[in-house]
Amino acid sequence: MRTSSKGHHALITTIGWIVGLLIFFPILWTFLTSFKSEGDAIASPPTFLFFHWTIENYVEVQSRSDYLKHFFNSVAVTFGSTLVAILVAVPAAWAMAFAPTRRTRDILMWMLSTKMMPPVGALIPIYLLFRDWGLLDTLSGLIGVLMLINLPIVVWMLYTYFREIPGDILEAARMDGASLGKEIVYVLAPMAVPGIASTLLLNIILAWNEAFWTLNLTAANAAPLTAFIASYSSPEGLFWAKLSAASTLAIAPILLLGWFSQRQLVRGLTFGAVK
Amino acid sequence: MATLHTRSAARLMMAPSVILLFGWMIVPLAMTLYFSLLNYNLLTPGTAAFVGLLNYSYFLTDPAFLQAIGNTLLLVGGVLLITVTGGILLALLLDQPIAGQGIVRLLVIAPFFVMPTVSALVWKNMMMHPVYGLFAWIARGLGLQPIDWFAQLPLFSIVLIVAWQWLPFATLILLTALQSLDQEQKEAAEMDGAHAISLFLYIILPHLARAIAVVILIETIYLLSVFAEILITTGGGPGTESTNITYLVYAQALLQYDIGGASAGGIVAVVLANVVALFLVRLIGKNLDA
Amino acid sequence: MGSIVLEKVSKEFGGLDVIPGIDLSIADGEFVVFVGPSGCGKSTLLRLIAGLEDTSGGRILIDGADMTRTPPAQRALSMVFQSYALYPHMSVYGNIAFPLKMAGRDKAFIDSKVRDAAATLNLTDYLDRKPRQLSGGQRQRVAIGRAIVREPRAFLFDEPLSNLDAALRVNMRIEISELHQVLKTTMVYVTHDQVEAMTMADKIVVLNKGTIEQVGSPLELYRMPANRFVAGFIGSPRMNFMDGAPAQKYGAVTLGIRPEHLVLSQSGGSWRGRVELSEHLGSDTFLRVEVPGIGALTARTTGEFSAERGASIFLTPDESKLHRFDANGKAMP
Repeated sequence: MRTSSKGHHALITTIGWIVGLLIFFPILWTFLTSFKSEGDAIASPPTFLFFHWTIENYVEVQSRSDYLKHFFNSVAVTFGSTLVAILVAVPAAWAMAFAPTRRTRDILMWMLSTKMMPPVGALIPIYLLFRDWGLLDTLSGLIGVLMLINLPIVVWMLYTYFREIPGDILEAARMDGASLGKEIVYVLAPMAVPGIASTLLLNIILAWNEAFWTLNLTAANAAPLTAFIASYSSPEGLFWAKLSAASTLAIAPILLLGWFSQRQLVRGLTFGAVK
Repeated sequence: MATLHTRSAARLMMAPSVILLFGWMIVPLAMTLYFSLLNYNLLTPGTAAFVGLLNYSYFLTDPAFLQAIGNTLLLVGGVLLITVTGGILLALLLDQPIAGQGIVRLLVIAPFFVMPTVSALVWKNMMMHPVYGLFAWIARGLGLQPIDWFAQLPLFSIVLIVAWQWLPFATLILLTALQSLDQEQKEAAEMDGAHAISLFLYIILPHLARAIAVVILIETIYLLSVFAEILITTGGGPGTESTNITYLVYAQALLQYDIGGASAGGIVAVVLANVVALFLVRLIGKNLDA
Repeated sequence: MGSIVLEKVSKEFGGLDVIPGIDLSIADGEFVVFVGPSGCGKSTLLRLIAGLEDTSGGRILIDGADMTRTPPAQRALSMVFQSYALYPHMSVYGNIAFPLKMAGRDKAFIDSKVRDAAATLNLTDYLDRKPRQLSGGQRQRVAIGRAIVREPRAFLFDEPLSNLDAALRVNMRIEISELHQVLKTTMVYVTHDQVEAMTMADKIVVLNKGTIEQVGSPLELYRMPANRFVAGFIGSPRMNFMDGAPAQKYGAVTLGIRPEHLVLSQSGGSWRGRVELSEHLGSDTFLRVEVPGIGALTARTTGEFSAERGASIFLTPDESKLHRFDANGKAMP
């Protein structure tokens, strides 16, 4: 951009910051409230920065053993489903990127279309099947479902990253005497690692925040944070400050992760259509 | 590239994904279809009987159903409107040189990473609560009566919450697309005498067309199934004022235990989603080259 | 040790016959160049020999053994790619060592081989660098080094110099030719640049639309092109072609004469024309002369010659160097 006038620059900067802060405000407010006492949390007029800062809410939330349990549930479900998805998707994306057939495009489109099915179409059978198989309120059941709903995106993202690996480097490996296995281990994998890492990041974000199956298929035992926080929603007296603390803890990891993976997000969620 | 010995290996490598997704798509759908033809209630498990299309006729003539369809379309339409226009404006803003641009960008992106349940709770309690919420405080400060958001404007409140969450997505996508616009193209247009508005209408907007199409398509897929926000804030109410199709099916299945009826609703939801997707893809399909 | 025989090798892509059927014999130690315009199938043919593509028909024999169905890793051939195809995450050492590592050789052996190759190609100082830290010419040499260490039956080059600038191209051309003198291994080289073909080859295979137009030594192709295509492809600037009356005078449908075989005169000659354009290279001068009844002819003369635009000039063909072509474009004896 050409250097515009100082005044123009200042105006744009001001507007930009105001808009940014407005949008971010609810998150900021939650963060601040988490350090207030319950009384301060609902005080009117609300105080912004000048209140008595306390960490009693965090202490309380951490000391509730079930909060930690549900935090670890989120971790288990997120990483579990991501790991399985990657294991299944990497070979598939490899095959489609490097040995495409006339049907490859169709298969990819079809995979995407499974993502377009509204989850209510599967809710009832899955719920009943899980009930009958003892998978309701289990981590493994949830891992399975989350893996399946995100698999199309994982395959797609890996596919677009693999396609960017120059084909002739793999041919060179073949000419150099590498068997298929060695080709993958010594050449493809190292070149694919950044793409796989990006896909991993995106899937972690999607799995951590998933709020349909996690709400419907779990109860006290396997509920991840999405469902557990929901149980704060029935009023049990003053609880806003604690809710804010719990919320801050629940969203902080993904917020940080998301901030670092914006580019991957764009690619993943638009199925590579926008880069 | 695909020489003999890699082709069969390739098929083997695709198999797990294809089989899993195929199963995931077909099995539940088939079962839902099956259930929709039964008179099956979880409270009276032994009496499931085949009733043909009875559930469908009940479901489709239920006034709650029509309202749910309307709410679904309003919800999707409302959020799309806010996020796409807001997204374009924000993208244009963030494309300008701003001091501390990186941080502003992070601030704008943040809501998308907040889990829907937390979003809903924060908005319900701390922003929109009629007594203790911030909006109420602002209203009182202006001498106005605070709005009881979820009682008076339930669907609109949910639209706001969901739009807040998805605005960053639209912004990020559109900003990425905007920044891929060749600087020289803009300069050529300026040399040709285009001022800001013309530049926007004739150069920028067409360039963004594809990204906008992608945003609309992706958002619609997710927005048709908004669930957590409704569950946590209004529970679909008052009455069915903020119930969408997804919530309706959920309520019927897991709150009323009417498996047959809910399954019919589920199939209807699937058909609706397919219709919308088909319509959208046809409408904006030429902009996509996925 | 490095003979390659192609018997009726054909290749089709999705119903399209890219190579209808080729018979070719390459002797051990030969430097063979596949040359032709874009899309003539030369790269495809090379890749068929390498095993990177499957044949649709025919046989490929390497050192007498039928390798048509053998995977590339087992054909004991080395390929140098147009884009070099270096492994970006490995150092120069790692790149060159890779084939030997795949063959399971021990570290000491690998080390000595890599260092030998590096010394031959002046890469010893760069062994620790990654490809992205190298210039185009250096990358090219790493690619060649990687090909050498395998001691293959034959080297395959797929337009290796296309991505280099002109000066570098000339240098690398010489290096590759020298390499051939030293190693004496069969080399099959693909290029669209006929200058490369002429300067490097023992034998040139001219390809057009998937078929062989002519096989021969550079001078053979220059002096005795089998048809109009080869005549127009080999030699720069292009041979002049004439139809109609001037050709009939010599009993042919089409007449060909190279620019360097036209004698210029201010005073008299067979054809009189007008100078349209003159290009001065310093060493030579090329004139584009419009001759009524014949068309535009390019003529080559010494650097000292100069003529103004519109000037009148006479051209006389060296009769012994005339090429006559029949109605099918084939050369008439």
